[in-house]
Amino acid sequence: MHIYRARTMTSHNKSLGNFGEKVVADFIQTRGATILERNWRIKEGEIDLVALMPNDVIAFIEVKTRRSYAFGHPLESITHDKAQRLQRLALAWLVTHKCFGREYQIDCVAVLIAENGKHSIEYRANVL
Amino acid sequence: MTLGRSLGVALVGLDGQVVNVEADIADGLPGYTLLGLPDAALSESRDRVRSALVNSQESWPNKKVTVSLSPAWLRKSGSGFDLPIAIALLAAHSQLPIDRIDGVLFLGELGLDGSLRSIRGVLPSLIAAYKSGIRIAVVPWVNRLEAQLMKEMEIIAMENLSQLLRWLRLGEREIAQELPLSIPTDDEIFDFSDVAGQRQARTAAEISAVGGHHLLLIGPPGAGKTMIAQRLPGILPPLSREQALEVTAIHSVAGGLTQRSALSSQAPFVSPHHTATRVAMVGGGAHVIRPGACSLAHRGVLFIDEAPECGPGVLDSLRQPLESGSITIARSVGSVSYPAHFILVLAANPCPCGKFTGRGRHCTCSSGQVRRYLSRLSGPLMDRIDLRVHVDSLSRVELTQTDLGESTQVIQERVRIAREVAAKRFKDFPWKMNAEIPSRALRTSFLPERSGMNFLHAALDREQITARGLHKVMRTSWSIADLAHHKVPTLADVEVAFGLREGLAS
Repeated sequence: MHIYRARTMTSHNKSLGNFGEKVVADFIQTRGATILERNWRIKEGEIDLVALMPNDVIAFIEVKTRRSYAFGHPLESITHDKAQRLQRLALAWLVTHKCFGREYQIDCVAVLIAENGKHSIEYRANVL
Repeated sequence: MTLGRSLGVALVGLDGQVVNVEADIADGLPGYTLLGLPDAALSESRDRVRSALVNSQESWPNKKVTVSLSPAWLRKSGSGFDLPIAIALLAAHSQLPIDRIDGVLFLGELGLDGSLRSIRGVLPSLIAAYKSGIRIAVVPWVNRLEAQLMKEMEIIAMENLSQLLRWLRLGEREIAQELPLSIPTDDEIFDFSDVAGQRQARTAAEISAVGGHHLLLIGPPGAGKTMIAQRLPGILPPLSREQALEVTAIHSVAGGLTQRSALSSQAPFVSPHHTATRVAMVGGGAHVIRPGACSLAHRGVLFIDEAPECGPGVLDSLRQPLESGSITIARSVGSVSYPAHFILVLAANPCPCGKFTGRGRHCTCSSGQVRRYLSRLSGPLMDRIDLRVHVDSLSRVELTQTDLGESTQVIQERVRIAREVAAKRFKDFPWKMNAEIPSRALRTSFLPERSGMNFLHAALDREQITARGLHKVMRTSWSIADLAHHKVPTLADVEVAFGLREGLAS
């Protein structure tokens, strides 16, 4: 079902999402993180960003990009089930990359893009 | 500051416990957790509080919100925690001056538009808060009458959340707080002069009002049993302030202050239908233990019409409160005591068809049916009823009399004086009414005149009354003596009392 939804996403939304992910990637790179992977996708779902943080922790980052708060706060759309799926995806990534056992965290980021093109980032680290 | 506190009250029966409401706002995914054994209505508070805040132009923290109600072991129920939760959240969000909400009790349910809605049990909550040292309370505007009975506290009644927040931030109040404390007397009072004839029943009602004796009225339909019972609260003396507070507290917990004014000093009149269950009669409930009819009738009259039609065990469940003046209800959630000090008035038809009266010509019941019918009132219960009176159909003469009987006002004045006499006599004792004299004291200090005692002993010898019956007659005779301004019950008083108790047997 999630895969269907991903396939029916409009190119407009896709580019919005890509833009948000790029913004976040730039943001954490300026803070000294190294991007390990972008849009890692398996059958179960997708991880937007995987990064090695300066404190040697692997961060799995979910990015939510919105143009307004009209439909509520972007992070509210991450339900309990979705958070659990992120957790499973993170473990799957660690196993496939032979670093199971490494310290990791799951971060969620809300990117709000204003009409004049400016954007704001709300970074919530280690949310689970 | 990501931690906010405020105060609320959790009620268990009439007893309250002050609850610390703490709100913590932490980073993380937006979410809301409510801790401290909330029930269903309380768990729904999240959505009410959120909408109320947003619609009052406040912001909702899109972070991980944890609200804790401590003590955590105590089960909490109802919507009265909406307001303290909202206040704690705003304080955690640094949107309220903390010193202003320190030591203030908040009570109220929130509407989605931010209005403060009424809750049950405001008065007992305030009493509990006062006992634990809280002196200022914010209550919904709708509950202000009930709240201002608690004169010792500063009561701030507010209509909605924005008003309250403005007061907390700026100290400004939109509403003048000088509330008039008047006792409205708009409770409906039936007048005794409406009752035609029925001399004996009227006297019995008066004696019952003086001494707090329980009353049984037996008569055919349409004779006036219900009329007399409805007029009994009117001739009871007005409640004292403490008694009125007790009564209001019980009605508040039961949610019955829509029918009864919070400031009323009139004795309550409760008449459950005879199909009432035991739980409805004495109180109960699985999650919240509510008072039943017998507690709602506290300091007043519990009237049960068609008493023999009551389900098995319903009337007998009243035996414990009749004896002790309170009822203790034990459930898995805990045990709760409610006061239940009332005058029991039972009304019954003489037989199933109701026509077995006078010569009983039109009665279609068999003699067995007649006997069985009244025997549904169990012996132990009947034993506690001091006055048993026949209310017969009115005769032509009685109905055509144009001069009305005595009015409620006249009788109430007589009752008041008689009660004062009794109160003076009992001032060194723990009881206040004639019906409460313990049998030990009856035998030693409160004996009727010698001739009266001889009459009773003779009746005892003839096995017309039991030892308990003898004591009951003595108590009633004291009420009669008080009404007749006799210092000690005379032979005549004792005879009347005997006639009123045993009249049906003969």
